[in-house]
Amino acid sequence: MEDEGVVKKFCYMNRKAPYGTIYALESLEVVLIAAAFDQDISLVFADDGVYQLTNNQDTDGIGMKNFSKTYTALGDYDIKKIYVEKESLEERGLTADDLQALKYEDEDDDWAEKDSLFVVGREELSKIIDEQDVVLSF
Amino acid sequence: MKFGIVINEGPYTHQASDSALQFTKSALAKGHEIFRVFFYHDGVNNGTSLGVPPQDDRNLPNQWSELAEKHNLDLVVCVAAAQRRGMLDEDEMKRHGKEANNLVKGFRISGLGQLIEAGIQADRLVTFGD
Repeated sequence: MEDEGVVKKFCYMNRKAPYGTIYALESLEVVLIAAAFDQDISLVFADDGVYQLTNNQDTDGIGMKNFSKTYTALGDYDIKKIYVEKESLEERGLTADDLQALKYEDEDDDWAEKDSLFVVGREELSKIIDEQDVVLSF
Repeated sequence: MKFGIVINEGPYTHQASDSALQFTKSALAKGHEIFRVFFYHDGVNNGTSLGVPPQDDRNLPNQWSELAEKHNLDLVVCVAAAQRRGMLDEDEMKRHGKEANNLVKGFRISGLGQLIEAGIQADRLVTFGD
């Protein structure tokens, strides 16, 4: 297709809680489609968006589909830059231990399993966002 | 400059669609190109033909439709978001065995790939949301 060869830095900002509104789920749907386009993808989780990645989500009581396991499959889509804002975790009494382990297999390193989740400070995150060509905020 | 426009909220409850419409008109007036307008989340409701706003209020779907006709705009409603919210064109109506369709003239239904393509092709992708 005509897009062949163009690689832009796409950043998907996730700022809302996983349930309560549809933004988190529909953001994930965009990311899964975007993975097929061979672009340079970063995901950012900040504000209440950090709750999207938490362990042990249980949606039985609210009649919603629990889609949290989908995040652990992102590595299979070659999405390996997932940034979580440190201050957003702290403001909510969370630590990295409260989040799901997100990994990818590095094809250039004998498929070694590596972390794709990085907890970064607000200042560093602003630099990462500044480097992007396209920022989609959900 | 070549702009892509993303609208993430429905008409009337949020100002996103109004702001996007005004931005798009201004950009065109200044000679810029609009590569595509993509409607996502509740933004798909901007494409409904069934809204009947009061006579002294603006009709956003019709305004988008008229602007599209005048400037040959590509107005794309996300199919997955549209199906959830009951936005169907004639093909989708038949495919899903529904009784009606409600997409305003000038809009078309397509996939999320159209959003990514807009990000790739446009110089700037501008999001209007909450």
